[in-house]
Amino acid sequence: MTIKKTEPVHAAEVVLDDVDVGYSGQRVVHAISLDLPRGQIGCLLGPSGCGKTTLLRAIAGFEGVMRGEIRLNDETVSRPGYTLAPEKRNVGMVFQDFALFPHLDVAGNIAFGIRRWNRGDRDRRVKELLRLIGLSGYERAYPHALSGGQQQRIALARALSPKPQLLLLDEPFSSMDVELRTDLAREVRAILRAEGTTGMLVTHDQNEAFAFADCIAVLNNGRLCQWDTAYHLYHKPADRFVADFVGEGTIIPGRVCEDDCVETALGKIRGPLSSRFVPGTPVDVLVRPDDVELDLANGEIQAEVTAKAFRGADFLYALRLPDDTEILCVAPSHDNFIISDHVRLRLNFSHLVVFPRGDSGASPR
Amino acid sequence: MSTPPPTLPQPARPTRRRPVSRPNLWQITSVTVALILALPVLVIFGHVFLPTGDVWQHLRETMLGEYVTNSLLLLFGVGVGVLVIGVPVAWLVSVCEFPGRRIFQWALMLPLAMPAYIIAYTYTGMLDFTGPVQVLIRDLTGLGFGQYWFPEIRSLTGAMLMLTLVLYPYVYLLTRAAFLEQSVCVLEVSRTLGSGPYAGFFRVALPLARPAVIAGLTLALMEVLADYGTVAYFGIATFTTGIFRTWYGLADPAAAAQLAAVLLSFVFVLILLERWSRVRARFHHTSSRYSNLPRYQLRGWKATAAVAACLLPILFGFLIPAVQLSIWAAQTTSHWVNPAFAQLVFNTFYLAALAAVIAVALALILAYARRMQGGFITGLAVRVAGLGYAVPGTVIAIGVMLPFAWFDNTLDAFMRAQFGISTGLLLSGTLAALLFAYAVRFLAVSLQTVEAGLGKIKPSMDDAARSLGMRPLGTLTRVHLPIMRGTLLTALLLVFVDVLKELPATLILRPFDFNTLAVRAFELAGDERLAESSSAALAIVLVGLLPVILLSLTIERSRPGQRQRMQNRGEARQNEPLAVPAGTQTA
Repeated sequence: MTIKKTEPVHAAEVVLDDVDVGYSGQRVVHAISLDLPRGQIGCLLGPSGCGKTTLLRAIAGFEGVMRGEIRLNDETVSRPGYTLAPEKRNVGMVFQDFALFPHLDVAGNIAFGIRRWNRGDRDRRVKELLRLIGLSGYERAYPHALSGGQQQRIALARALSPKPQLLLLDEPFSSMDVELRTDLAREVRAILRAEGTTGMLVTHDQNEAFAFADCIAVLNNGRLCQWDTAYHLYHKPADRFVADFVGEGTIIPGRVCEDDCVETALGKIRGPLSSRFVPGTPVDVLVRPDDVELDLANGEIQAEVTAKAFRGADFLYALRLPDDTEILCVAPSHDNFIISDHVRLRLNFSHLVVFPRGDSGASPR
Repeated sequence: MSTPPPTLPQPARPTRRRPVSRPNLWQITSVTVALILALPVLVIFGHVFLPTGDVWQHLRETMLGEYVTNSLLLLFGVGVGVLVIGVPVAWLVSVCEFPGRRIFQWALMLPLAMPAYIIAYTYTGMLDFTGPVQVLIRDLTGLGFGQYWFPEIRSLTGAMLMLTLVLYPYVYLLTRAAFLEQSVCVLEVSRTLGSGPYAGFFRVALPLARPAVIAGLTLALMEVLADYGTVAYFGIATFTTGIFRTWYGLADPAAAAQLAAVLLSFVFVLILLERWSRVRARFHHTSSRYSNLPRYQLRGWKATAAVAACLLPILFGFLIPAVQLSIWAAQTTSHWVNPAFAQLVFNTFYLAALAAVIAVALALILAYARRMQGGFITGLAVRVAGLGYAVPGTVIAIGVMLPFAWFDNTLDAFMRAQFGISTGLLLSGTLAALLFAYAVRFLAVSLQTVEAGLGKIKPSMDDAARSLGMRPLGTLTRVHLPIMRGTLLTALLLVFVDVLKELPATLILRPFDFNTLAVRAFELAGDERLAESSSAALAIVLVGLLPVILLSLTIERSRPGQRQRMQNRGEARQNEPLAVPAGTQTA
């Protein structure tokens, strides 16, 4: 058998071209097209049931596609009627429940995918990966004796050992502590970078996605809403669902009055509009909590505190405007208002995200 | 609300792996296996619709009433007996602390190793006129034959006692498991609401465990209906002895089959009851959080009473008969230290091992069919194939014998008419019939074990192996088999021991001049050569201990609450939720 170790690491470019996936005749995801450049780390983000895991399993080769095709480095691996077997794709996968083999110790698990390498290379690779995940010396431990976080890292090392051209991660942090998740996501990202592998993560947790991915696909009801960077998802959401799902915020009604101005309960908001509208068009405006600031001295907008959440460095306040519109506002935590306090606000929009009224892209969370 | 709720329940991923259009090999295989295994039962039920002959008429007028009465009385007596013993000892060892509790915990299972017919001979030998007990009474009192009253063990009451002593562990095991699985919370809640230990037992623990108690009871009662050795030896006319008498004495297979069909309808009532109670048990599962309950400390007379309550069933159900068998075996060494006995042991082990391999192989096929191709038809097939555990060996034997004999005779007649050669008894006169009957009877044992083992292999492990470059066959040999090795050995052992103990089907179906330990012990005991039968009986009991040991180890390991999961998910702090919906609707 050839020694794969000496081959150059080849990260894959992943291309999904108009892909439909489903089970027994029923389509779960529709018309997905995206392109993840080699060495980059992507993420499929969406609420449960949006089809993100199905799509990931299609990339891995566990499900066939009903339409379109999936290409890894220009090689078509899936198209209707043809599905390259998962064991032939050189694609690693980390599973939600880790799926470690209980009958093998840590070294046995990690070496499972490289059993054809010669012994010396195999041992070196296992050692190298254990060092990378910070678990040197655990070769002879069995999975059941390890903590959840350790098992998770072993699962990662096992998937990385054959030097896959693409690594898929199916909600790998979902059984971890909330506090640990973003740390782990960052750690795994660093490991993937060190290995030079293309990565694709599935998650429903946007913080995880932000910490992990270069590029994020937001999925809803089996459709791709937006494939973009975290910054753009937050500041330039393509539709109402993305605006609602990513980050916090409220959507308030308004009416376009000029090219770069919308009249709302907050008064006239000025800023570049996300798309062009005829003046007078009724629209919905996205208000992020950082788009309004407390300004007790000079603020022109009056509001009443209706709820609040302490978040350490800052407070997230829910405020009611005089016409009963509710918005959110972030304020530093050195002022501590109580519910039903009256405050004054100032606008701080850098740009405006505006959707035509009645565009029902959003679904209640 | 920066994070959506972290543990959103994910919708179950469809388990179907292949498009439905593919030729469904697994389904065809599982249905075929199930149909073949259901053949005996179908044959028996088929006889319900055949015209009844003179013998059946005669049976109905004379014996049937007695069969029904005796079987019902036996069911009732044993039912009460196993409940009275099984439930209290289960409660004692699960929630109380008293001297010896840890030993009683497993020792209470020992009578499982003792087949009912063996305990029946042993007590008969001990309690009859020349036995040690009556000899002692005469020596002490100076009375002679007929001058004192002594209970007759060979009676209906005696049979109830014998069966109770060896069958209570079914109730004990399932009830204890239910008590251990009960969430501490409900018991503690009941105490904060003012229930003391007794009220807690009767108002919370027992009602919650009731489905498990009923499941254990039905299992014990199925064994009562299946018993042939005890009632035959005690001369009690029940269905099983009636079937034997009709088959051999009256030589009327059809009437025997019709009698078997009546017995089967009794069994099906029990099966339905068991199924129902298992469904109920799922609803009685309170929560998935367990911790070790502080046990009630028993002292003084309460502790003494608890020790006595646990000790007596073990003493009478296992220790006394085992010691008696050992004494007899020691007195009759010439009867078992010889080549003939060695041949007997070899025959039995060979047969049991063969049957175990067949049963486990079939179980593997069915369990994989269900895993690869879940669905209604495959599920139904697997269930039907597993029903044999409830069908008495006598019934299966008749159900196997009738079609096999018909096949042999037809083939023989055809071959003689066409080619002038006699094929003889190809199926019915050979081990094939016996092995088939064992497969029908004991498939459920292996199936249950194999399915549990296969359940430990999560589907994601298959996927993981494939994504690491393993083909399906490699996945089987490098992932499934190593993980299941222990399970498969357990399944083999369980079937092996069950075959070793099996009596009625072996009696009917064994080839001419082929003996097993169970048959030999039964024949010798029937000839009143109890001491000589002891060696074969003791061998069965000793081998029968293996699964009991295995069972106690498994229970000890699988006990919930022993090892909590490492992830401390319950402690994850969450932000105080905001009262407003974060941006879905305008006001």
